Amino acid sequence: MTSDAMSAAGGALALPAQVSTHPPRLRALRHTLVLAKRGLIKTIHTPEALIDVTLQPIIFLAMFTYIFGGAIAHGSQQSYLEFLLPGVLGQTIAMGGIAIGVNLNTDIATGIFDRFRSLPIARSAPLVGAVLADIVRYVVLCAVTLGFGYALGFRAHTGVLDVLAACALATGFALCLCWASVFVGMIARTSGSVQGIMTLIVLPLSFGSNTFVRTTTMPGWLQSFVKVNPLTHLVDAVRGLLLGGPVASDVLWTLMWMGILLLVFVPLALRAYRRRV
Amino acid sequence: MEYAIEAEGLVKRFGDTLALDGVDLTVRRGSVLGMLGPNGAGKTTTVRILATLLAADAGTARVAGHDVASAPAEVRRMVGLTGQYASVDEALTGRQNLVMIGQLLDLGGRAAKARAAELLAWFDLGDAADRTAKTYSGGMRRRLDLAASLVGRPSVVFLDEPTTGLDPGKREDMWAIVRALVSDGATVLLTTQYLDEADALADDIVVIDHGRVIAHDTPDGLKRVVGSQTLTVRPADPEQLPAVAEILRAVTGSTAARDPRGLIVPVAGDQALTETVGRLATAGIAVTELSLNLPSLDEVFFALTGRGADDSDHQNLQEAA
Repeated sequence: MTSDAMSAAGGALALPAQVSTHPPRLRALRHTLVLAKRGLIKTIHTPEALIDVTLQPIIFLAMFTYIFGGAIAHGSQQSYLEFLLPGVLGQTIAMGGIAIGVNLNTDIATGIFDRFRSLPIARSAPLVGAVLADIVRYVVLCAVTLGFGYALGFRAHTGVLDVLAACALATGFALCLCWASVFVGMIARTSGSVQGIMTLIVLPLSFGSNTFVRTTTMPGWLQSFVKVNPLTHLVDAVRGLLLGGPVASDVLWTLMWMGILLLVFVPLALRAYRRRV
Repeated sequence: MEYAIEAEGLVKRFGDTLALDGVDLTVRRGSVLGMLGPNGAGKTTTVRILATLLAADAGTARVAGHDVASAPAEVRRMVGLTGQYASVDEALTGRQNLVMIGQLLDLGGRAAKARAAELLAWFDLGDAADRTAKTYSGGMRRRLDLAASLVGRPSVVFLDEPTTGLDPGKREDMWAIVRALVSDGATVLLTTQYLDEADALADDIVVIDHGRVIAHDTPDGLKRVVGSQTLTVRPADPEQLPAVAEILRAVTGSTAARDPRGLIVPVAGDQALTETVGRLATAGIAVTELSLNLPSLDEVFFALTGRGADDSDHQNLQEAA
């Protein structure tokens, strides 16, 4: 620190604080986008954080197709792959949501959220920004799952628009479901416990659905759970969009579940964030 | 007289623990208040309430003319916070951190970049600007932390233990920065565990213990209460201890005490140091240590409460149990 540098800063602080003339809602949107950009930069600087949306679907696709496929589909691994791929997409979306809760919990522990809270920005901006930045993760997830599926021999029976619609629906659903993880991230004491709690929720949710096997092979009591499980509707909607068949009912159910997830977990997460000391 | 910070009767409870038990504070505009106390005394809780991160259970506080409870957005526009708990994003570069904060403060893209470049240069981080903050050393991180809290040109700056864990040389750098802030017109509230730091920087000092302010004085006033400075001299050759003791008696008029570090004697002012140096040189006595010290936090607490700071920690634990 030279004395020249010191004097160069003379008056740097004396100017009045900036006062924005923009309408509050626009400001909140801009702050959210700035914080979403922060999430993107972090992803670029730490690409290994994408393992759960890249390697994970690859491993699940390969593992289930070749280890269980023969047994489940009586020798026809190829026909099982068609059934499995939408399921793996749904399952890795549920698993991929865990990361955001872990990351936000870490942000609180390191103190960066205190910095945000000491700034004149909307309280929701850091959380919404983080969720928006995750769009990239889910787009990568869809691309990797479909790309690797194609390499294994999966072929969509529908058009490009249907495939894109399936990816959009899956990504949209992921952005709603991950608010549950955001909420857990706000209330859990350590990032490790976020991981633990979310795994406990995600495992029954992803296996207790039609992800890997048909619902009709399960006992009745389990079928009733599978039928209300939001992942079941997502997976069925994606199956319809990729393989053909009626999709309207499952798409509607999925959209309804997306609304419910947002209505429940966004207010819970924001409230927990405000109360967090 | 105009106050940049006024707090009255702040109370904060965490479960069964009473963290703040009626804290009163005033800080004149453009001055530095040093808040001195051991770990767990309530320093950080006070700062968090004043910076609107935490709501008080009782009491009121105004910062830069705005009430922290009813007008937190206005307060946030005027304050900067640096400390143990406010931090930077390790996965971003120094520059990206500062640009992001500029944009969150509604600077345009170009203005945010210009402000970031200005602060990076001022804080000597120009060369490291485009490296991620996780590669920074402790001292660099503190500087980036502080830069991050100054992006919005705050009129009130909170520094929560800004030098804890820093090398002595880096402490001096941080002190120079605090002085520069004040000369630019900012009001600073600084918490610390070191009396010498508060003495070097603060216009006023509050001593806080068990969530209560137990002394509020100028540094000189506080030193009158807790005792003066001490001079420590350690001759290179232990054989010369009696000769040194004789010199110290001649200079200060009092008998020096033996200490593992050498000889310690209370002194009234800085001139005793100069005189001692002269006489040691004349007598040809080489020394390995010659220092003028303020009382430690422990000694301050002993003078104010009749017990040391460590004892008070101990008592806290007992009360919590």
